[in-house]
Amino acid sequence: MTAVPTLAIEDLSVEFRTRSGTVKVLEHVGFSVERGETVALVGESGSGKSVTAFAVMGILDAAGRVTSGRAMFGGADLLALDERDLAEQRGRELSMIFQNPRTALNPIRRVGRQIADVLVRHGGATRGDAPRAAIEMLKKVRIPDPERRAEAYPFELSGGMCQRIMIAIALACRPALLIADEPTTGLDVTTQAVIMDLIGELAGESGMATIFITHDLALAAEYCDRIVVMHAGHIVEAAPGRELFARPRHPYAAKLLAATPGETASLESLASIPGGLPDLRRADLPPCRYSERCERRTDACAQPLPRRTVGDRHIVACWNPL
Amino acid sequence: MLNLLLSRLATAIPSIVGVVVVTFMLTRLLPGDPAAYFAGLAASPQAVAEIRTKLGLDKSLPEQFVAYVGDLLSGNLGNSLSTGQPVVTEIATRLPASAELTLAALLLAVFIAIPLGVLAAVKQGTWIDHVCRVVTTAGVSLPVFFTGLLFAYVFYYLLQWAPAPTGRLDVFLSPPQHITGFYLIDSALTGNSETFWGALRQLALPAISMAIFSLAPLARMTRGSMLAVLGSDFIRTARASGLAPRTVVFTYAFRNAVLPVITVLGMVFSFLLGANVLVETVFAWPGVGLYAVNALITSDYAPVQGFVLTMAVLYVALNLAIDLLYGLVDPRIRLDS
Repeated sequence: MTAVPTLAIEDLSVEFRTRSGTVKVLEHVGFSVERGETVALVGESGSGKSVTAFAVMGILDAAGRVTSGRAMFGGADLLALDERDLAEQRGRELSMIFQNPRTALNPIRRVGRQIADVLVRHGGATRGDAPRAAIEMLKKVRIPDPERRAEAYPFELSGGMCQRIMIAIALACRPALLIADEPTTGLDVTTQAVIMDLIGELAGESGMATIFITHDLALAAEYCDRIVVMHAGHIVEAAPGRELFARPRHPYAAKLLAATPGETASLESLASIPGGLPDLRRADLPPCRYSERCERRTDACAQPLPRRTVGDRHIVACWNPL
Repeated sequence: MLNLLLSRLATAIPSIVGVVVVTFMLTRLLPGDPAAYFAGLAASPQAVAEIRTKLGLDKSLPEQFVAYVGDLLSGNLGNSLSTGQPVVTEIATRLPASAELTLAALLLAVFIAIPLGVLAAVKQGTWIDHVCRVVTTAGVSLPVFFTGLLFAYVFYYLLQWAPAPTGRLDVFLSPPQHITGFYLIDSALTGNSETFWGALRQLALPAISMAIFSLAPLARMTRGSMLAVLGSDFIRTARASGLAPRTVVFTYAFRNAVLPVITVLGMVFSFLLGANVLVETVFAWPGVGLYAVNALITSDYAPVQGFVLTMAVLYVALNLAIDLLYGLVDPRIRLDS
């Protein structure tokens, strides 16, 4: 069974032009998400997770530029669409939710109106019906007393409540793909679980594909079918969640797992990963951007990065995998 | 919203009381003896003393203050020593002239500065952004009295495009019937197009000189505030939801960016009230500023007192209006109070 994936990113490279030089933020990034599937994009801060999402959504900063690649979605390459056509797709076919829900909502617009804006924009409701449709969405994300909450401003709601509003905005037009960029950062642990369950459930209902960006491997393992590990703008390993946890092949992924608290690992046994991300402005970046932090480094690492299949849907970009 | 109005009104009262005290003290403490000035150079000491008694200046300061407050409460600001007219009537007839000039300048500035600032922010780094920078830099570096004089010289004296800078209306035209006191509005209401154009021609130069100065801070703040808001998280959300660029810029960004612009608008307005004094002098504009300058030169303290008091009340009313405007735009302020 080889279904056409909902989103297939191929060979995506992104550069940022800054005062101190060009930063190669993403290099040859490729992965895909299938209908109903949840894929986690994990990595430390600065590894390019969010930039990948922004590039696909077409909302990169003005300084960012896509230098190569395709993002096939519904038969079209999102990266080749002009802003007008892309704006038609955003919010309707592909949606995104962000971290810090309280600042991600317009502070001076009633939340019901913000949901209605998206519905009206994409023809999900007429101007007259929109308020009622917005209340329906609030019910769907299980906000108690939705009629009253629709009249609230973001500052009157809790962080968890605001994230539900964000989800309602994102899912208002029943998109085929949801990108959730650290949706639970800044929420307390119980709210985190509720939000993740809510996303999972709503995705299951409609067969929506989800990309879940996080630095929390444990959360990724719990909620996602597959995990894509990023490091310094490269994908270093991609595997089904269980397999990655059982047998990580890339040295970085292994270190990342060892740094993740779980049921078996006590806090004392957690290891930190030595070194930091390399400076991506350097001209002499090695092909493997982890090699300078890597204990398994050999001369082979000077060759261009491989893309090895080491199991069922298990890919690793390393010359000396574990 | 009513709570906001009442709480802001309550805080305005101490300001008014303070202003009453300060205006009273200021005019009493200023050097110069009004009685001596009024009596004239050749007056005998008895005559001066007589006038002093007549004006109530021989009483102690607290007594004078009580009398002053009593007069204020009955709407009496005293009489001008030089014209003999009640200050209240004189200010009331001259205030519309100043108000028309100030509001015209402010409207002009707002209608240029805000679109310019918004465009400069949305199209950052393009030619419109550079135009905005040049205009704002030029605007702040040209003081109002200088632009006023320059305009009068160039457009009246050299090019003769503008009428002589001699007030609100050409001497050959009669002022419109008094409805609001604003010549433009009154002549438009009565359908008197000749007076309307005449008044507009007279108003153009002083209003433009004041507008040029005040549009600089407005445009700069609009641009800065728009840039900050356009970079914020909720704009990213709006874009990620595919909202139309028009909705993103106006409904989402501008309404949030307008708050600091309102603050600057208040400051600019206050500044224009002060700048009136200069511009009215340059263009012989029969407003309260010119009135106050003349009164000050002749140590005529009742008009000065009346002017300062009027201005202070205007400032307080202005700040009140700004606060209420905030409340209208920003629900956080409305619901906090």
